[in-house]
Amino acid sequence: MDATLSQSAPLLTIRARSGWAALNLAEAWQFRDLLFSLAGRDVRLRYKQTALGVAWVILQPLIAAALFAFVFGKIARLSSGDVPYFLFAFAGMLAWNVFSTTLSKSSTCLIGNAQLISKVYFPRVILPLSTVPSALIDFAVALALLFVLMPVYGVVPSLGMLLLPVWLFLLLVLAVGSGLIASALTVSYRDVQYILPVVTQFLLYGSPIAYRLAEVPARFRALYFFNPLTGLLEAFRWSLLGPGGGQLHSGYLAYSAAFSIALFLVGMVTFKNMERKFADVI
Amino acid sequence: MPGDIAISVRGLSKAYTITHNAERHVTLAEATLHRLRHPFQKQQKETFWALRDISFDIKKGDVVGIIGRNGAGKSTLLKIVSRITEPTQGEIDLYGRVGSLLEVGTGFHPELTGRENIYLNGHILGMRKGEIDKQFDAIVDFAGVEQFLDTPVKRYSSGMYVRLAFAVAAHLDCEIVVVDEVLAVGDTEFQKKCLGKMQDVSNSGRTVFFVSHNMAAVSNLCRTGIVLDGGRLSFIGSARDSIDYYVSRANARQQADSDGDMQTCRPSWARPTIRGARVIDADGNTVSCLRLGSDLGFELSFDVGDGAPLVNPVMGVVLNHPTFGAVGGVNMIMTATRMENGPHRTGTIRCLLRRPPLLQGEYRVDLWLNEGLTYVDLLSGYLTFSLEESDVYGTGRTPYKQMGVMYFEPEWRFGDGVQPRPVVALDGERVECA
Repeated sequence: MDATLSQSAPLLTIRARSGWAALNLAEAWQFRDLLFSLAGRDVRLRYKQTALGVAWVILQPLIAAALFAFVFGKIARLSSGDVPYFLFAFAGMLAWNVFSTTLSKSSTCLIGNAQLISKVYFPRVILPLSTVPSALIDFAVALALLFVLMPVYGVVPSLGMLLLPVWLFLLLVLAVGSGLIASALTVSYRDVQYILPVVTQFLLYGSPIAYRLAEVPARFRALYFFNPLTGLLEAFRWSLLGPGGGQLHSGYLAYSAAFSIALFLVGMVTFKNMERKFADVI
Repeated sequence: MPGDIAISVRGLSKAYTITHNAERHVTLAEATLHRLRHPFQKQQKETFWALRDISFDIKKGDVVGIIGRNGAGKSTLLKIVSRITEPTQGEIDLYGRVGSLLEVGTGFHPELTGRENIYLNGHILGMRKGEIDKQFDAIVDFAGVEQFLDTPVKRYSSGMYVRLAFAVAAHLDCEIVVVDEVLAVGDTEFQKKCLGKMQDVSNSGRTVFFVSHNMAAVSNLCRTGIVLDGGRLSFIGSARDSIDYYVSRANARQQADSDGDMQTCRPSWARPTIRGARVIDADGNTVSCLRLGSDLGFELSFDVGDGAPLVNPVMGVVLNHPTFGAVGGVNMIMTATRMENGPHRTGTIRCLLRRPPLLQGEYRVDLWLNEGLTYVDLLSGYLTFSLEESDVYGTGRTPYKQMGVMYFEPEWRFGDGVQPRPVVALDGERVECA
């Protein structure tokens, strides 16, 4: 005991943690360079050895929006209000892509970097978080394209645009929260990889992305309330395309925000607690 | 002495849980189904202690070698020190930043260029950007990859790849360095460079924690040795003492294992006459594990029991290598050696081989006893011994294990009166690279 008393305090003490370990965000912050480095790696690698390269960032949402506009607008003849259907669907895809890429990338990031996890120490939470910058870059590119398309279709941006960062932030919080849970579970249960595409597929059609919430029969609309994406998507399109694009429902929004933040906290705690076993199980 | 401790380990244990009956459930469905089917069944779990109640202190600037058999817990210990996995019990105080080199090139991405990988790998090891900027030239210089900085590393030769990876890790600014077998990589030239770098590291007052199966490297590089055995700390002391301890422990274990049935090693015609047989060292101690280049002996004791006494007992030895078969043998007929004062009812014969030039590995011994030219008894493979590599050349290099069954101790001569000069000079226990 004397020896330890006269010694300056250790820089770090390693011991078994038990219970709900504290979230060590300070340490994650220390490793922020790694976060951007990993994100940079993903961005650089994504379109290596592709013929069209970065063009895919624009092509993917364009094709999806065109498809939705055709299927829902032309075949199913749903109304998109006073906004052109293509623009309407494109704005929806914009928001949806931020959510779905973050979620799907972060869910596989741990097993994709298994070698790193079993050989080097760093705050593991860096890995799922590092998927956010590349999703944001995609978003920025697609958003710029939207700004080019809007005058073409004669849609004038509204002041609601200023609130867009808020919706974007909440969307990311929701995506990262579910991504944290999915990635931590995937380490032990690889099924998550197979369930997740089904869930995202369900959410893609179960959320008002390719169609307006107003087009949903009234008796089903209550169900949409439980989908945290609903409020955010509507708000997103409201900001981008004005009232014709979506509605600002304070009830939906409050629910979405509360759900997102709660899910994020649950995700962080889940991740932190499963983190201890990662190197042993992966 | 307090105040100069780098690592303090107290009561460290690590348990892994092995689930028995039902194989580990890999899918959620399996796990859930199993729970549903057997709601009350308690899963048979077995706890495997990879480390058990380990305590020790390491002083600053010490170079510590960790020795032990496979599964002794060496890697687990390093993984805990480098925070990859958590201990189950106990704690470690670290008085300094830890840099770990558990596997060279972890996190290198083949598609990225050398430059990009230096940054990525540096960040993974916990370096800040400014730190890498500062060390960048030194890293590139050490690795010798200037011309290829903007080439994807997938186009690197494996040597360049390893050099670059080691260079990044070696320039990590930390007080405690954890190293696992990195010296097994790269060409000889680069290995030497690495040894030199490790030496620099320890000379600069940093603490090095080193796991290796290469006893020569441990004895050359380390001042302190820690022997782990079955997850427990069984010895801590100077590197040389630790290696000696490890080798002697291996002997004791093998002896215990091999007290098997002598009868199973006999062919049907053999008359059970040999009562005891053992592998011995030059002093007659029972051994089963020796260092390369040590004297090796075999002893048999016989007792004819009710049978006729032996007038001219002859002992023979054949050494067998698992892959190359018989590598050599000797007997008393060849050497025209005779045990005088016969006939003998009982007796002991020893055969001592001075520094046999056998390479490291496991060997099996056939031991036979004749009455003149008539076979009496044969123990085939009853005795075994292993040779552990050691620094026979005093250079920190050992003869290569895969090079047959023999090693040589050559004298190199040059024409024109040129004198040989060792490239790696031995200075006490340290290697200095020229």
